[in-house]
Amino acid sequence: MRWRRVKAILVKESLQIVRDPRSLVIALLIPLLQMFLLGYGISLDVKQIPLCAYDREGSQASQDLLQRFAASPYFALQGQAADYAEVGRNLDNGRCRLAIVIPADFSRTLNDAGQGVVQALLDATDTNTASLAAGYAGAVVASYSSAVQLKSIERRGGSVQTLTPVEVRARVWFNEDLVSRNFIIPGVVALVMAIVGAQLSSLTIAREWERGTMELLISTPVKPLELMLGKLLPYFVVGMIDACICLALAVFWFQVPFRGTLPAMAFTTGLFLTVVLCIGYYVSVSIRSQVGASQVALLLTMLPTTLLSGFSFPIDQMPPAVQTVTYLVSGRYYVTILKGLFLKGAPWTELLLPILCLTLYALVMILLAARAFRKTLD
Amino acid sequence: MLQRVYHLLLKEFLQLRRDKSARLRLLVPPILQMLLFGYAATFEVFNVATVIFDQDQTQESRALVADFVHSSRFKLVAPASDRRAVQDAVESSTAQVGIVVPQGFSELLRKGQTAPLQVLVDGTNSNTALIALGYVGQISGSYGQRYALDLAQRTGRTLGRPMVNVQLRERYWYNPNLNSRWFFIPGLIGTLTLITIVNLTAFAIVREREVGTLEQILVTPIQPIEFIIGKTLPFFLIGLFEVLIVAVFGMLWFQVPFKGNPLVLMLGTSLFLLSTLAIGLLISTVCKTQQQAFSSNFFVLNPMFILSGFSFPISSMPDALQWLTYLDPLRYFLVIIRATYLKGVGLDVLWPQMAALAALSLSLFAVAVLRLHKSLD
Repeated sequence: MRWRRVKAILVKESLQIVRDPRSLVIALLIPLLQMFLLGYGISLDVKQIPLCAYDREGSQASQDLLQRFAASPYFALQGQAADYAEVGRNLDNGRCRLAIVIPADFSRTLNDAGQGVVQALLDATDTNTASLAAGYAGAVVASYSSAVQLKSIERRGGSVQTLTPVEVRARVWFNEDLVSRNFIIPGVVALVMAIVGAQLSSLTIAREWERGTMELLISTPVKPLELMLGKLLPYFVVGMIDACICLALAVFWFQVPFRGTLPAMAFTTGLFLTVVLCIGYYVSVSIRSQVGASQVALLLTMLPTTLLSGFSFPIDQMPPAVQTVTYLVSGRYYVTILKGLFLKGAPWTELLLPILCLTLYALVMILLAARAFRKTLD
Repeated sequence: MLQRVYHLLLKEFLQLRRDKSARLRLLVPPILQMLLFGYAATFEVFNVATVIFDQDQTQESRALVADFVHSSRFKLVAPASDRRAVQDAVESSTAQVGIVVPQGFSELLRKGQTAPLQVLVDGTNSNTALIALGYVGQISGSYGQRYALDLAQRTGRTLGRPMVNVQLRERYWYNPNLNSRWFFIPGLIGTLTLITIVNLTAFAIVREREVGTLEQILVTPIQPIEFIIGKTLPFFLIGLFEVLIVAVFGMLWFQVPFKGNPLVLMLGTSLFLLSTLAIGLLISTVCKTQQQAFSSNFFVLNPMFILSGFSFPISSMPDALQWLTYLDPLRYFLVIIRATYLKGVGLDVLWPQMAALAALSLSLFAVAVLRLHKSLD
């Protein structure tokens, strides 16, 4: 391997980057824009669920209960329905996600037997929101229930006895306030890095083929490994700048606690970037058309990194076959490392396994990518 | 005019027929992705890795531990003989939930006082943590209720006056078993189509320009509008075909019910495809090289996916982002496809989404055609 030849390719590729300012600007803007959009857009916290009420009784008691729903930050009362058909229509067209129906004998049975039943109709097309909404509605009803209980005991002049035999005292580690942003942002960093890497490198060889400059390149004495190094190094630099932007935004703008060390961060980010760049390069070498390469690169990065890396959907909840596939997604290791570094401040030893896997992955990809390129025309 | 469009169409399909790998790329990935992501995307929580340390070692504490062990929500992964072991397990991510039944637990229970149960949760995935905490509360709550009732019966001590109890009876419409696959599969159909079609269209004109065949086309008597129709119609047909395969696959494999009218979905799909074509075309007209087109794709596609409500509820986003989602055609299509699949509603309910999609595609097309006129001169 000759450094001189690597440098020649490197200079050529860098010139190409600099002379196409639009692509460069996009490459640098992507992390900025994506971090903002995704950082604010991705949230699983549910609040202000649209709610409609069908109060068949219209008594003091039923109005009290509805008042509690209106006051809860989790619900937004959209209005009262006049009959069942209207409740059905509201759920059908999505004007409300939850309908509370209070029966006509609500306060009577509550006063006589101390029992009351409230019906909750939920739009379960979005299952996550539906089950969270059911949980919050249950809490509102329970607090109403105990308020009525308290009042009736006080009226009789009795004392209040404990109603909960077992009390859960929970402590949450690593993300103390259970802010979903804190676990989403490290994942977003991985997603942005995967996208940037694929976008930068996956057309680099296909472009030479389509423009007909490949023959020129082949006729030079450059070796496959030298070509790869020269082609990817400039993009590695761009990618690392992107990584710095991402991390700075995550820590300073979104205030995600960073408990790891910077060298660990830089090293693992470099590893991950190597992997995605090599995958892009490999795709570019194997598929000689730019459309084809772009399609495969999109396929390999965007959705797998979003859905299979454990960034939004927990891997241990997937069926075993799919879990096996996730081992092939490099984002999986990087997301584990990032979460460890950001939230846990885990020491090297605990992240040894994912770091080792990522290193192995990088080595295999470098080998594959370097060997894929052959200096022949067919 | 028809003849010229026809010839251009013929050329595009000939190109596709001669490129075997391109055909494979159109057919295999959607089905493969559907399979993988259909199984991967779920918010349900089962078998959470758990360690339990029973410090109390009494009949009561063992009964509570048994409740946890026998629930499908928690899975005991390692034995713990002291507090340290529980903390270590959570620290090293062997377990996501650590439960300690402290000494004196049963004593407090017998006295009719509140007995604490200590729970340690790994909050790195806040969603799973929240749901798991909910189940801990449910299991310990029902245990407590049972215990109180049992105690009252055994000792003959009544609990005083009849308890006031207001019950909430939930009924889940459209998806009674809360199967989250029913939510994600229709969403995946829209997302996969969006990504494929925008990317293909975005490259269509740029490639001709970069390879130099655009000038050849320009010297033919073809009109810009004919050129656009000839370039986009193939992708429209490919898109329809893909939606059909993926939808049938989703129904047969994942058994997602289809309650609505196929014609309504067909109309919605056509309008949605028009908007994806327009976006691709617009990218194609503002970019000079395929590299630029590709960067722009990523720039546009990922936000469209995230802001569509595919998995993250739009109502939880900040206002500014909520406004932005109105520009996202996938947002409307997801409402249409989920509603036709699960709710079975028709045009009387879905017309606003249809109208929005139509308006969006028309204005995007208008901009694209204007830009194309300029860039061709």
